[in-house]
Amino acid sequence: MTEPKMSLVDVRLTVNGKPYAGQCEPRKLLVDFLREDLGLTGTHAGCEHGICGACTILFNGEAARSCIMLAVQANGAEITTVEGLAKGAELHPLQQAFHEHHALQCGFCTPGMLMAAIDFLKVNPAPTEHEVREAMSSVICRCTGYQNIVKAILAAAPKMRASA
Amino acid sequence: MTIATESRYVGKPMVRREDKRLLTGRGQYIADFTLPRMLHAAFVRSPVAHARIKSVDLSAARAAPGVVYALSGPELAKIVPPVSDSQLSLPAKWKSQIQHKFLNPQQPMLAHDKARHVGEAIAIVVAESRYAAEDAAELVAVDFEPLPAVVDAEAALKPDSAVVHEQYKTNTIGEFVLRKGDVDSAFARAKHKLRRRFHHHRYAAIPMETRGVVATYDERTDSMTIWSSTQVVHWVRKEAATMLGIPEARIRSVALDVGGGFGVKGHVYPEDLLIPFVARAIGQPVKWIEDRHEHLISACHSRDQIHEIEVAFDDQGHILGFRNDYVVDCGAWNPIGSGIAYNTAVHMLGPYKFQDFSVRARIAATNKVANAPYRGAGRPEAALVTERVMDLIAQELKLEPDEVRRRNMIRADEMPYAMGVPYRDGQPIVYDSGDFPSLLAKALSALGGMGAFRKRQREARAQGRYLGFGLGCYTEGTGVGPFESATVRVDPSGKIYVTSGACPHGQGMETIFAQIVADLWSVDPADVVVQLADTSAIAIGFGTMASRSTVTGSAAMHDASRRLQKKVLAIGANLLECAAGDVELRKGGVGIIGVPGKEISLAKIAHAARPGWDNGRPQGVEAGLEETNYWEPPTVTWSSAVHAAIVEVDIGTGKVTIDKYAIAHDCGTVVNPLLLDGQIVGGAAQGLGGALLEEFNYDAQGQLLTGSLMDYLLPTASDIPNFELIHQSSPTPLNPLGVKGVGEGGAISPPVVIANAVSDALREFGAEFNSTPIKPEQIVRAVRAGAARR
Repeated sequence: MTEPKMSLVDVRLTVNGKPYAGQCEPRKLLVDFLREDLGLTGTHAGCEHGICGACTILFNGEAARSCIMLAVQANGAEITTVEGLAKGAELHPLQQAFHEHHALQCGFCTPGMLMAAIDFLKVNPAPTEHEVREAMSSVICRCTGYQNIVKAILAAAPKMRASA
Repeated sequence: MTIATESRYVGKPMVRREDKRLLTGRGQYIADFTLPRMLHAAFVRSPVAHARIKSVDLSAARAAPGVVYALSGPELAKIVPPVSDSQLSLPAKWKSQIQHKFLNPQQPMLAHDKARHVGEAIAIVVAESRYAAEDAAELVAVDFEPLPAVVDAEAALKPDSAVVHEQYKTNTIGEFVLRKGDVDSAFARAKHKLRRRFHHHRYAAIPMETRGVVATYDERTDSMTIWSSTQVVHWVRKEAATMLGIPEARIRSVALDVGGGFGVKGHVYPEDLLIPFVARAIGQPVKWIEDRHEHLISACHSRDQIHEIEVAFDDQGHILGFRNDYVVDCGAWNPIGSGIAYNTAVHMLGPYKFQDFSVRARIAATNKVANAPYRGAGRPEAALVTERVMDLIAQELKLEPDEVRRRNMIRADEMPYAMGVPYRDGQPIVYDSGDFPSLLAKALSALGGMGAFRKRQREARAQGRYLGFGLGCYTEGTGVGPFESATVRVDPSGKIYVTSGACPHGQGMETIFAQIVADLWSVDPADVVVQLADTSAIAIGFGTMASRSTVTGSAAMHDASRRLQKKVLAIGANLLECAAGDVELRKGGVGIIGVPGKEISLAKIAHAARPGWDNGRPQGVEAGLEETNYWEPPTVTWSSAVHAAIVEVDIGTGKVTIDKYAIAHDCGTVVNPLLLDGQIVGGAAQGLGGALLEEFNYDAQGQLLTGSLMDYLLPTASDIPNFELIHQSSPTPLNPLGVKGVGEGGAISPPVVIANAVSDALREFGAEFNSTPIKPEQIVRAVRAGAARR
């Protein structure tokens, strides 16, 4: 060993309503902490430089890219990941709409797509197609060509309004 | 005995059985997979395009915290001698018909003598975490002796060029000629001729999940398990067996949920073999997950062809003769050999009657990332040439572009139509079915017709706006051989189990195969168990690429099912105490024809079929209910489509806005229209990415200038229009279900559709867009140049 191991820091946060406490290197990315330390592998790392959006989570209620945040920055935060959307066997209305409209193929971007759309629909509960396309340009999907993602979000919007 | 195929599920827009796990974050991609004691690998990759490797110093890396193992290319070459260059495996029937020469350099697992492109792996470091492995990889010192970089594919072919593979003394690592008729006399008698140069630029699949491998070696049984993000588990197993020197039977190769492939994961990479090698050497599981930057500099790129063409035509716009001399820039290695270049040659013919033509293709080695198939695999390049030529002829003769196409198109009443050249399987190309003029009419009508568009274009022009119309027609050989496998088994529970060599990566094959098998067995799709992408489930398989899995997999499932059903009916008849001819498959069991009810369930039949005491088999029927079939397609089936778009070009900013985009498509029998639309739209979006945004740019030293997703622009939701899809179905006679492939098609036409539409919009500036991508700066430049000439 040429240098000592990096010292560890404490991270305490709430994910999907459950409190977690862990230790990690200060440089550890939030996405890696969620996936490796908490075992929540639903959040995906697609580019690790903040472009593709696959790693999007809700950070204190707002969409954020977990690949360009450190785990320590999430200390004390309330996080929602894709694992926190369904209620038991019942899919979230947005998940259900993605299923019905074939809005996913390989599924790799889907968690980021869902989290970004949930934040967007909270801010704009009755969007136009143009607004959906503009907002969802924050997450890249390589499979679907977006058409069915846009359809699914437009179909889920009234259901989410009704249940809000 | 009656075995009817009732279409209860084939043709229905069924939602996918894959979705639930993927929507809830419970899918399992390779990065999600862990094993106890697992270590993590990082690669040291060349920062230079072309250089001799003088030495690699791993001492600092080996001493770094958490590092368990490190190995350099020169060290590896001493332990495992590099595989010698081999012959390309090409069908004998093709080789005997086509004048060709191929050199086939074999990429070593780690570069040891030279680095041949920026990003080529030179050393591997394995540590307790990925962070530690990446830290240590930065400590590796490589001493390079720089060599001149070979960057321009045409210059690479000149005698004074530096050479990428010195043993050949040339960068021309592939060449063939394809001829039909007498092109010289066709040119001699033609009144009109034109020459052009086309460039279809370099871009790539870029799945959202990068590559990745986990391998573990079990010393007790001398066996290896490899999980990887691949489209070809059986190919991975074969290469690993050769490299590791253990029988294929001792290797299990599995693909978990794969986050997109589109061709880039369709062959075996050095990393796929090196990770198992290292896992055995260390005696612990090893994982490697490619990061995005690594992906852009080491996973295969695609396209990148330069065409010099000459076409001869008559006053009516009929093509009389066609010559094309083109170069494929294949980068440093050529993993798929003749595949792309030859696909381009034959797909250039499209839906048209070409009588006399002559094509020469050359494959140039350069110091760039290797070129391998990406959705379309040589066909988008072909379409750019042929479909631009159609528009140029129209312009020359003052005809409409649809009219020139119509005059050259093969008609429905001429099907099947022999093209007079062989496909790459060596079989003569015969378009088996289809109606191209009707596809053209449908696409035009979806956009309101050509006449209405011209009126709209004139009105817009009067307001200072520039609208353009673009067409792109293609034919596509799909479902190529040599084979695909399927095993069908009646489970003791009565469920139908099916497995195949097909490897899904987003297509929804679990859903589609369940629909197909449900119809074949008259059961509910929920009663079909589908297992794919695991060599332990089926001994021989091919994999998913080339728009082939639904075509070849369904045919294998069909034939395996039909054989197995004879046995099921014989046992069923035995239990019902009647003749085998008096029973049929129905309601998840076997019943007497004309006598409703009293079906014997498949579970009971499976029980009766078992080996041993008190079984219920009639005399002469062997135990067990399982059949395997290897479907060897007679040749490809021909899908076809016409894409048409209306665009608006802002001549001030160079922005191209797609107003409407219609796709009229024919892929024979449709298994699931919901998923079919998804395939077409997804492919078309990728094609538009290539047309307008995505681009691998190298500088003169062979440095990649677009090595992150900030520079390599992927299309987002706001870049892509809604596509209007029109379906036409001409089932193929070449397989039992009449299906043709559809996976790649969508990506073929968009680049040329945009090139044609933008050229049409800017015709008054004398602008011609014969190369891709079509970017704002090129548009603004063309407009300014045109305005200066006026």
